Amino acid sequence: MIYEVEIVTQRKVASGCYRLEIYAPEVAQAAQPGQFLMVRTSISLDPLLRRPFSISTVDRERGLVKILYRVVGRGTALLAGRKLGRRLNIFGPLGKGFTVPHSGRFLVVAGGLGMAPLYFLVQRLKALGNEVAVFYGAQNRYKLLLLEELVAMRVELSTATDNGSSGFKGTVVELLRTKGIPPADVVYAAGPPPMLKALAGLLREAEIRRAEFSLEERMACGTGACRGCAVRVLAPEGPVYKRVCADGPVFKAEEVVWE
Amino acid sequence: MKPVLEVDLAGLKLKNPIVTASGTFGFGLEYAPLMDLGAIGAVVLKSVTLRPRQGNPPPRITETPAGMLNSIGLENPGVEAVVRDVLPELKRLGAKVIASVAGETAEEYGEVTRRFAAAGVDGIEVNISCPNVARGGLAFGAVPEAAKEATARVRASAGGLPVFVKLGVTGADMLEIARAVAEAGASGFSLINTLPGLAVDVRRRRPVLGNVTGGLSGPAIKPVALWAVWQVYKAFRLPVIGIGGITSVTDAPEFILCGATAVAVGTGNFIHPRLAAEIAGGLEKALAAENVADIKELIGAAHGEK
Repeated sequence: MIYEVEIVTQRKVASGCYRLEIYAPEVAQAAQPGQFLMVRTSISLDPLLRRPFSISTVDRERGLVKILYRVVGRGTALLAGRKLGRRLNIFGPLGKGFTVPHSGRFLVVAGGLGMAPLYFLVQRLKALGNEVAVFYGAQNRYKLLLLEELVAMRVELSTATDNGSSGFKGTVVELLRTKGIPPADVVYAAGPPPMLKALAGLLREAEIRRAEFSLEERMACGTGACRGCAVRVLAPEGPVYKRVCADGPVFKAEEVVWE
Repeated sequence: MKPVLEVDLAGLKLKNPIVTASGTFGFGLEYAPLMDLGAIGAVVLKSVTLRPRQGNPPPRITETPAGMLNSIGLENPGVEAVVRDVLPELKRLGAKVIASVAGETAEEYGEVTRRFAAAGVDGIEVNISCPNVARGGLAFGAVPEAAKEATARVRASAGGLPVFVKLGVTGADMLEIARAVAEAGASGFSLINTLPGLAVDVRRRRPVLGNVTGGLSGPAIKPVALWAVWQVYKAFRLPVIGIGGITSVTDAPEFILCGATAVAVGTGNFIHPRLAAEIAGGLEKALAAENVADIKELIGAAHGEK
């Protein structure tokens, strides 16, 4: 679960966005789509806490694990500065990922960096021979990540950008509303909270119930011990707090209480 | 020769002086897949109240320079669930268990203690210094009479178990509160709880935490914790569990030299999930290198008396 691993490649994939590849054969074997790693971004006590990153794909044969991240603060800035060949302390794979049915038609809705966990899922769904429609939105076309790879996997891809530089001009949820929600056995989504909230609303209107969303929250422990990453969820007895790290990060869309 | 690491914490025999800090190690079972819970002196549980508590609205945590703020708000499933679902498993795993009790009234502190004592825990920690709840917590720790009453209730319900009262350093004169709880029968002290703190999100023009304020922990508070251990040990010579920013093998003896009999790893568990066990293991080597035959020689030794 806790490994000192080697950085194999680190590449800038968009403005402020990086793809990090590490050699971690145990993680590559064990990881499931939707799971994440807690990474120490420095060896000092400042910044102190590990940072959670979704696993964006694995290469089991070569023992590689990739994560996709954006520089948002000190921790991610330090990570972006880590050199190839250097060691990185990781903890994972952690959390409860997406359910991956063996057959069916699926809809994947991604916003920005939300593509990170969904890419791994799409790969898995396609490897099982399923039909997958991907709706992907971002600020502009440069922030749509992994497009070539998605096209190569022959998913049905529709894009949306805030400035219209790729595909539909507007949000990905507006695109779904305009174009119509393709028939799907399960809808999967990850992205910024406003997008997920809007999508949850759209799915509710359309009476689509089988939907799984990957959520994010600040985390400290990653094991479920500290109760720091609370998310409000509807339980039979009423709303309760669950832990994004241990009870999620993937939750049923209809049970999440949107603040 | 292997140094002796065993310590006697107010009658509670610990195989080594490393324990976990309440709230940072869940109920122990979260860490069972990662480390041998029997390798450390004891597991100190997250604070438990009589009935389940949902805790505070998110965001509940944020990082600060060499530390973090938390405002969990004593989320816990209630004493009945912990006694039923957690304690048997911890015993099976060979862990010594110190239960941390909290409540909104002195009676509640007593009742939670009674149930833990009946279930066979090894010691009680009294959390009268949680900064993140409106009632209970600091409301007891800041008023000597209230602190005394809660401690007396716990003492009367603990069935002879050692009772450690966890104090903070803000809200009241620490030594005055320590005196009050010592008079009420505390066996010793846990020092220190988190310090009150606040972080601001400039873009949103609001505090970061959902509950506005939080408790500061981590290496940032270590000097404050050492100071508190020093002061309380000097005044009372009662057993102390030292807590605050312990992240390495060298941090532990610093607290012990100031007067701690045991030291608790807290926020450090988040950095390295096996840190408590690694410090316990490393301590043996570190003492051998310094030709210390028995760790008890170090307790309070920095005071230079005796």
